[in-house]
Amino acid sequence: MKLRYFAWVRERIGKPEEDVELPAGIATVAELITWLSSRGEEYAYAFENPKVIRAAIDRTHVRPNTAIKGAGEIAFFPPMTGG
Amino acid sequence: MTVPATVRIQREPFDVAAETKTLTRGRTDAGAVVTFTGICRGAEGDESIAALTLEHYPGMAEAEIERHVAEATQRWPLLGVTVIHRYGRIVPGEDIVMVVTVSSHREAAFAAAEFLMDYLKTRAPFWKQVEKAGEKTWVDAKATDDAAAERWAAPGRDAAE
Repeated sequence: MKLRYFAWVRERIGKPEEDVELPAGIATVAELITWLSSRGEEYAYAFENPKVIRAAIDRTHVRPNTAIKGAGEIAFFPPMTGG
Repeated sequence: MTVPATVRIQREPFDVAAETKTLTRGRTDAGAVVTFTGICRGAEGDESIAALTLEHYPGMAEAEIERHVAEATQRWPLLGVTVIHRYGRIVPGEDIVMVVTVSSHREAAFAAAEFLMDYLKTRAPFWKQVEKAGEKTWVDAKATDDAAAERWAAPGRDAAE
């Protein structure tokens, strides 16, 4: 599965994207964040406050309890500040 | 009838007058045009701003704005819409974003332009980094922008839809 990171999430993790093999049992966006947080201190730092993290599956906004089954690309980013 | 709608995400500057003419040229049913332009300010309080750098999520930025343009054309009797959002480094005085809405009457044009800007600020995947005194920091999202976008939500509508 392809993961993409933007803005300070990208900076904290230190890469814009990566391909990961998910362990079994990760069903939702929130569970994916918990698993990512355990992968190292850069991930723990990026996801230290999961409530502010926004996510998109295949370029559509999703919520923490959204199922990730079938997702091609999941993106994590801070609240948006465009306009 | 399909409403002419254009969404562009680009690094280059845009020309509001030319974009407006493109929407209104040759038609006599357009009675109202509203244009909004968001411009990079040179200061925030007492601190001067050297530049903004906008990052975006290519593909999703276009898709998300197109979804909201489609919603605007459903909600209001629009005759044309153009939204252009820039990315990259933008210095004070330069344009960041523009919205043009065309309708027969002003109410729809004003409302649709405001709706699009409110959603753009909170839902379009763009992030601003501000350069002040040689330091770059990410701009925090504003609760007032969330509140502005919420005004347009239909009752019971999920914020993440």
